[in-house]
Amino acid sequence: MAKVTVDGITVEVPDGSNVLQAAEAAGIEIPRFCYHERLSVAGNCRMCLVEIEKAPPKPFSSCSYPVADGMVVHTDTPMVRAARRGVMEFLLINHPLDCPICDQGGECDLQDQAMGYGGDASRFHEAKRARSDIDFGPLVRGVMTRCIQCTRCVRFAAEIAGVPEMGAYGRGEDTKIGTYVQKALTSELSGNLIDICPVGALTSRPYAFVARSWELNKTDSVDVLDAVGAAIRVDSRGPEVLRVLPRVNEDVNEEWLADKSRFSVDGLKRRRLDSCWVRREGRLEKATWPEAFEAIAAKLSGLAGERIGAVAGNLADAESMYALKALLASLGSANLDCRQDWAGGDVSRRDYYTFNTSIAGIEEADALLIVGANPRHEAPLINARIRKRWLRGGFPVAVVGAARDLTYPAETIGDGPEALRALLGGEGFAATLKAAKKPMIIVGQSALARTDGAAILAACWNLAAETGMLTPEWHGFNVLQTAAARVGALDLGFLPGPGGKGMAEMLGGGVDVMWLLGADEFNTAMIGASTFVVYQGSHGDRGAARADVILPGAAYTEKNGTYVNTEGRVQRGQLAVYPPGEAREDWKVLRAFSAYLEKPLPFDTLEALRGKMEAEYPTFARRDILPRFGCPDATAPAAAVEMGVRPFGEWFATYYQTDPISRASPTMAECVTAHAPVAAQAAE
Amino acid sequence: MAEETAAPEDFRFDSESEVRIGKILAKYPEGRQASAALPLLDLAQRQIARTGGAGWLPRAAMDAVAERLGMPPMRVYEVASFYTMLNKKPVGKYHLQVCTTTPCWLRGSDEIAEAIRRKTGLKGWGETTPDGMFTLDHVECLGACVNAPVLAINDDYFEDLDAEATEKLLEALKRGEVPPHGSVKGRNAEPVAPTSQKAE
Repeated sequence: MAKVTVDGITVEVPDGSNVLQAAEAAGIEIPRFCYHERLSVAGNCRMCLVEIEKAPPKPFSSCSYPVADGMVVHTDTPMVRAARRGVMEFLLINHPLDCPICDQGGECDLQDQAMGYGGDASRFHEAKRARSDIDFGPLVRGVMTRCIQCTRCVRFAAEIAGVPEMGAYGRGEDTKIGTYVQKALTSELSGNLIDICPVGALTSRPYAFVARSWELNKTDSVDVLDAVGAAIRVDSRGPEVLRVLPRVNEDVNEEWLADKSRFSVDGLKRRRLDSCWVRREGRLEKATWPEAFEAIAAKLSGLAGERIGAVAGNLADAESMYALKALLASLGSANLDCRQDWAGGDVSRRDYYTFNTSIAGIEEADALLIVGANPRHEAPLINARIRKRWLRGGFPVAVVGAARDLTYPAETIGDGPEALRALLGGEGFAATLKAAKKPMIIVGQSALARTDGAAILAACWNLAAETGMLTPEWHGFNVLQTAAARVGALDLGFLPGPGGKGMAEMLGGGVDVMWLLGADEFNTAMIGASTFVVYQGSHGDRGAARADVILPGAAYTEKNGTYVNTEGRVQRGQLAVYPPGEAREDWKVLRAFSAYLEKPLPFDTLEALRGKMEAEYPTFARRDILPRFGCPDATAPAAAVEMGVRPFGEWFATYYQTDPISRASPTMAECVTAHAPVAAQAAE
Repeated sequence: MAEETAAPEDFRFDSESEVRIGKILAKYPEGRQASAALPLLDLAQRQIARTGGAGWLPRAAMDAVAERLGMPPMRVYEVASFYTMLNKKPVGKYHLQVCTTTPCWLRGSDEIAEAIRRKTGLKGWGETTPDGMFTLDHVECLGACVNAPVLAINDDYFEDLDAEATEKLLEALKRGEVPPHGSVKGRNAEPVAPTSQKAE
């Protein structure tokens, strides 16, 4: 530790810190453009200049100057102020000052800091340098005349995203930031470039000229487009969600957000179900709530409970699943399932289906085996965390499944269950895992959602047990879920009850009434022709197309809901805007329908529902915080089947469209087109 | 975007270059092969000059260097675009690089450039004559200020030039001669005239 005095405040900071960090520790803000705490230090913007006593009498860039014990730093002397003003003047020489037409206006570091250090008039009378715009693909807009060459984007692409496609080329005044060759960025994290760019050079293409930051209502929420549960801020104006930005959550997403989660918002306005629909003589017709309820009630009357079933979709909140489960119980049915993908496997213990190491825990691991998962597409933020760990070195990674670019080197040791058998025999990578102190395994859905999924889950667990991943101090067994609702649904036991039917039995006429709570991710043609389908959800997607009655529900930005991410972390999303038209929050729809049936569910408010849910399922009572835990009991999950031989496939056909919201999003559709050639090459 | 006029699609190091690559890579410790980016880019440019006339670096060549050194192509583009000695577009058989930094400028580099323009018909910097003989460029200090003004033609320096000497030089090149490089006045690094600070 080094003792550093900044503007008279003495702080102790770890050796190797820089002066800027010491100043932050002392609570003093230093202006900066190029420095970013999660990126390597470049020291090229020169805005963070400070004066250091007993050092040569010149300003030092605090971000790149290491602290020493007893150092005395001044951040507000005449020299510092003059130096920063000089730097600002140089930065503004070639900056277009087009703030009125710049999307960054109002949330721009350069604009803000020019208030503190900029002159009131320009002394520059010559022609300004201009740059042609760069096409970075459908997500990021590059207005390069505004660029101040801080190289944050270059470092982000190379370090965090792991796609070293951006660079600073040319020299001196002619330095350009770009990709040199014209191409869309091949990263699932490219939207973060918009956040880290301190000026308006990289802005959001879909959000271009849409709104000003001060017009927006900002609602803290949680993302549901993958199972990571990233912290987000939903920015809305009136009834519209205009953009989604990440919030800092060190345990989950740090400060990044995946592109699908950020840019699918335009899907929230399209293909929406905003009124009830009832199928009459083969055609869906608009209906009122009482008409829709009457149609369902008529169908239900006299029906035995065992002929009624419900399926929870991938974006469902825990409250509505709890309410639906209660509704079906009141109808005498235990036919429930949340595994539209038929994912097999024992879910009797929570650590059989969650990401037990935790996302932050990845940074402690020292060897990784990925089985049947493509974290880059299934959970880009978890992939970024793996890459972060890999960058530190000493982190061998092996993959059982298709060979692909994960942004870090990974040895492909087989493509299916055969490789698992070999590993269980102690071959190859098993030795590496055994030698590691904190090895971990990630099992993906393409390994579990198959007929022999239960056996693969058990095999992976056994491998984990054999290679020392399961100790009382360390839990290295991880299931990578891809649906935001899945862990919550499993926690709630949204599964076939005693004597109940699962997904497979309900299809093909196994039930007479099937209630789909936003369930769109299965082949609806497999539903029996005579089955009466109630679709409750937000988007007119596959499920709604098959429905006999449609009940319009709320999307994740339109309701207060609880979600459990793949780690088992319970988090709450918040209502940012109201659902469109006649649509209502899903638990309210279910409560209202139960009243219509004169079997009212025992809660009238969301708080009452949550109180009951938490009493019945205590995991929901502990929100946001997830204590780390080991694995004191290494009993393997049960498996009644044998492992097959079929190789593990790709879980998502495309990263960009995986749920009703992203399928409704024109931006995501553009991404699919823009990245199609790349995907086609990869498939070859 | 780099200009790419008639850029070759493909570039491969030939056997002569491969011998050199082995020697270059041997200079750097294991795992530090990226350090060889600059010499390999230079080598690629020379190979193209040797085999095709105009020494320049098409993107295919930069990609070949990146692949050879296990670097992301972007990192090689950054290096290549930084150095003016690496030509990102084709140059003529004779790349005329007039030093225009202060000492040469004081000693008449404007005259040299003017003489070249007169003789070749070239107007702006970076242009190439239609016959592909000459490309005119200006460069920063060549480090030969003592014999300023200096004109570098490909790898050779021609020093102590004036307009007349420059024109003669270009004529000789046009005739296909190989004029001797160095000072046209035959000087080494020595004063122009016996100096006395007070004289004149």
